[in-house]
Amino acid sequence: MKEKLVLIGNGMAGVRTLEELLKLAPDLYDITVFGSEPYPNYNRILLSPVLAGEKTIDDIILNDRAWYEENGITLHTGRTVVKIDRRNRKVIADDGTEAEYDRLLLATGSHPIVLPLPGNDLDGVVTFRDIHDVERMIEAARKYKRAVVIGGGLLGLEAANGLMAQGMDVSVVHIADWLMERQLDPYAGELLKRSLEERGMKFIMPAVTEAILGDKRVEGVRFKDGLEVPADLVVMAVGIRPNVDLAKSAGLYCERGVVVNDTLQTFDPRIYAVGECVQHRGKTYGLVAPLFEMAKVAANHLAHLGYARYEGSVTSTKLKVTGIDLFSAGDFMGGEGTEEIVMKDAGHGVYKKLVLKDNRIVGTVLYGDTVDGAWYFQLMKDGTDVSEMRDTLMFGQHHLGDSGHGGENAAAAMADDMEVCGCNGVCKGEIVEAITKKGLFTLDEVRAHTKASASCGSCTGLVEQILAATVGGDYDASPKEKPLCPCTDFTHQQVREAIRERRLTRMNEVMRALDWRTEDGCPTCRPALNYYLISTWPAEAQDDPASRFINERVHANIQKDGTYSVVPRIWGGVTTPAELRAIAEVAEKYQVPTVKITGGQRIDLLGVKKEDLPAMWADLNAAGFVSGHAYGKALRTVKTCVGSEWCRFGTQDSTALGIQLEKVTWGSWMPHKFKMAVSGCPRNCAEATIKDFGVVCVDSGYELHIGGNGGVKVRATDLLTKVATPEEVIEYCCAFIQLYREEGWYLERTAPWVERVGLNYVKQRINEDDEGRRALYQRFLESQKYAQQDPWAQLAQEASEKKKFIPLKQVV
Amino acid sequence: MSEWIEIGRLEDIPVRGARVVRTPDGEVAVFRTGDDRLFALDNRCPHKDGPLSEGIVFDHKVACPLHNWKIELETGSAVAPDEGCVRTYPVEVSAEGVVRLCLAQAAA
Ligand code: SRM
Ligand SMILES: Cc1cc2nc3c(=O)[nH]c(=O)nc-3n(C[C@H](O)[C@H](O)[C@H](O)COP(=O)(O)OP(=O)(O)OC[C@H]3O[C@@H](n4cnc5c(N)ncnc54)[C@H](O)[C@@H]3O)c2cc1C
Ligand code: SF4
Ligand code: FES
Repeated sequence: MKEKLVLIGNGMAGVRTLEELLKLAPDLYDITVFGSEPYPNYNRILLSPVLAGEKTIDDIILNDRAWYEENGITLHTGRTVVKIDRRNRKVIADDGTEAEYDRLLLATGSHPIVLPLPGNDLDGVVTFRDIHDVERMIEAARKYKRAVVIGGGLLGLEAANGLMAQGMDVSVVHIADWLMERQLDPYAGELLKRSLEERGMKFIMPAVTEAILGDKRVEGVRFKDGLEVPADLVVMAVGIRPNVDLAKSAGLYCERGVVVNDTLQTFDPRIYAVGECVQHRGKTYGLVAPLFEMAKVAANHLAHLGYARYEGSVTSTKLKVTGIDLFSAGDFMGGEGTEEIVMKDAGHGVYKKLVLKDNRIVGTVLYGDTVDGAWYFQLMKDGTDVSEMRDTLMFGQHHLGDSGHGGENAAAAMADDMEVCGCNGVCKGEIVEAITKKGLFTLDEVRAHTKASASCGSCTGLVEQILAATVGGDYDASPKEKPLCPCTDFTHQQVREAIRERRLTRMNEVMRALDWRTEDGCPTCRPALNYYLISTWPAEAQDDPASRFINERVHANIQKDGTYSVVPRIWGGVTTPAELRAIAEVAEKYQVPTVKITGGQRIDLLGVKKEDLPAMWADLNAAGFVSGHAYGKALRTVKTCVGSEWCRFGTQDSTALGIQLEKVTWGSWMPHKFKMAVSGCPRNCAEATIKDFGVVCVDSGYELHIGGNGGVKVRATDLLTKVATPEEVIEYCCAFIQLYREEGWYLERTAPWVERVGLNYVKQRINEDDEGRRALYQRFLESQKYAQQDPWAQLAQEASEKKKFIPLKQVV
Repeated sequence: MSEWIEIGRLEDIPVRGARVVRTPDGEVAVFRTGDDRLFALDNRCPHKDGPLSEGIVFDHKVACPLHNWKIELETGSAVAPDEGCVRTYPVEVSAEGVVRLCLAQAAA
């Protein structure tokens, strides 16, 4: 029989714990949930935008009732648990419903504080905690005009902003000298006050409320100094108090909150607690980020994994008032032993302050420009020594070092391990990975997959930027379901189809037929179009060198100093003393500064001057070498191991097979580079399982693997099939390449391509459709007739081409 | 002082391409655009000295081969958001197709 888990409190922390638990152990428990509120789990944080009319209640439901059903969870809404019977291990709700438990999870949240003032029970006095409160406020806004919000903290200001949006005349009463004194320093508080005043918010501060006036319904507020202001609605937003009522009555040890240890157990080890109701290492929390961290740990223990520890959280704050950017974290006030770096630009409403201690950031307040908040917060959490970057720290991350070209936005410059969504603890890398791996295009999809920006939403802009930088951006970004480039609205797929279906063979025809917005295209679309044309119509289309990246124009890799590198093809990585001697001679003759064995089993001659290239190629050609295409979107290397010829484990002649594969496939242009390898046995010394096409020899034949790569995002191959003979290997390999050539998008390597179209699709086209496979193979061989010409030999021999490598004129 | 020198013929420069003129003060890249206009600029990208002559030419711009900055051929300035500028030189082609470059007098 399954164990029984009962959750008390159907709020953000409790249900998040269930979500985490279901991920780890979906079938471990029979789960029952009690919630006082009549709704399924919703996003409390977004009550502020609901109040401001920017969102509806439906928008903020996190898990609807169907979710509970699908996961076999019994949900009791509108029922408050009034007793925990620890001896009999059951809970009892106010309507008498009972549920037994093996483990119990408390997540009762907190109570909003109601000031003990005369008149605090009048009609029209509300707190700001749940949907019911918001409904009452919206209702009041319809009938009445004047609102007073008591409390100039985060919640109070969001309430005031919402009520203003609902058309009310709002005054905020605040006890301290400046707003949000727990998150802001006086200067930032003043800036905030000013911009809220510009929007029409009024402030009465510092002021202490003495009484709420009125008979049945509230009529006004009186302060200690005798001042009275009229009011039809009073919102108390002065803080929260952990809800420990039930825990206390059950005899669990509580201080300010329910006391828990690092595994989130209360003093009764069967009872866990998470969320605002808990007190951990003396601290209570009122933001979701730490609660979600607790949820992860609690779930880990509930799932019997038992290794996670909660060690407390560092929190940061943002304000969710549209149009106001504010970020605060850590010890933002500074003081003894700290230093401050401050930037004020009152004209632009920008203020930034970093508090340093021992060369480490210990706190920050950002107002008006919060782009770098996440970065500072990360440096702070990591305790990074910032003395090296102190001079430029204030200007933000994109001013650091020389890592990027200026076109990058802040999102692109962020490091992968930097946190984007503080609420859910999602780092940039996870978002980028989800976007590329799962092919996400919209904010909603990113939210659904990563939870980034799914809670308070204040990182939405940043997530959107990352999305744009990942799927968009015209610099070597893999194309996705978006227009090919800004010159057109058509996608790669549509352009490919148009070229084939309308028999377009020239670039200007494509541009005309598809209403290109530019005369000349751009550096993104021209290389793509050129590839699509020559791969679709190998015999008809004319290659356009002006639309190729420099490397493919001069058949060498440009280096950072404008020189080039030259990599002759070394078939399967096998060479001879004579070949090595020829390379050595060429290297000496042209004074090549660096000779390097590459990671692809061949030799790189680095630092060659452009004008030396043709002569060098001629010499290499004379020694029997052709271009290695180390520069091209084309077949790169075929790595091999020594195989059965020498190796005591070898099962087949992997070296010869690799060479054979390379001889058939070299020279072909592809959407992206293409690497192969053949290993002689499953020990896989040639690393065939991270190649675009890899062969692992076994006793009974050859395993064919596809869609792998090393590089930025390592992906191991998928097994395509197993075949018996080298001839079949060649046929399958060429058919696979041709399918990729015909259907892959430009700059989409096989790994993302296979993920986009699905392994099954590839299997269906290559394994299951014999006729189709042979047709692909034939088309590949046909296109090779045009492609398999050594570009070096061509360029080295044609005088007109050779000329282009030398200066037009030498002026003395 | 302005001094025009003959550097070659129009057909020596590929359309949407460039050739280099080597001078004692460094290289000058002479571009020919799709509409057959000529532009001459220092062959050094304002970013990290990339050889602009090797970039992809489109409209009246070139994309630097090293990190893809786009440079306006007419003015030599980088397309926003990148910032920087390279020196440009007057260049002209005669009715007979002879290309002449003015090195001494910098236009920008
Ligand atoms: C020369 C070499 C490094 C070496 O000294 O060993 C090298 C050098 C470059 N690699 Fe590489 N890669 C070299 C092997 C590799 C390998 C190892 C391998 O092939 O087994 C990998 C990982 C395997 C893979 O590709 O899956 C590798 C992954 C990359 C990547 C990341 C690809 C990816 O899909 O994430 C890039 C960037 C790109 O292609 O956009 C890259 C790009 C480059 C470029 C072309 C960068 C550039 O655009 O200038 C470098 C050119 C240097 C030059 O001018 O020669 N190189 N590169 C290796 C040449 C092998 C050869 O004989 O052709
Ligand atoms: C308007 C507003 C804006 C906010 N903005 C932000 C923000 O921008 N960023 C941020 O990080 N945080 C924000 N917060 C705080 C955040 O919402 C809370 O920290 C979080 O919701 C707490 O989660 P919890 O599960 O501990 O409590 P809750 O979400 O309050 O859930 C507790 C639930 O338990 C129920 N319950 C209590 N006792 C019982 C019982 N005996 N039986 C049955 N049910 C019971 C309650 O009715 C409640 O539904 C905001 C809060 C509000 C109100
Ligand atoms: S890893 Fe590859 S791309 Fe990076 S520096 Fe080395 S050779 Fe260049
Ligand atoms: S050198 Fe030109 S873009 Fe970097």
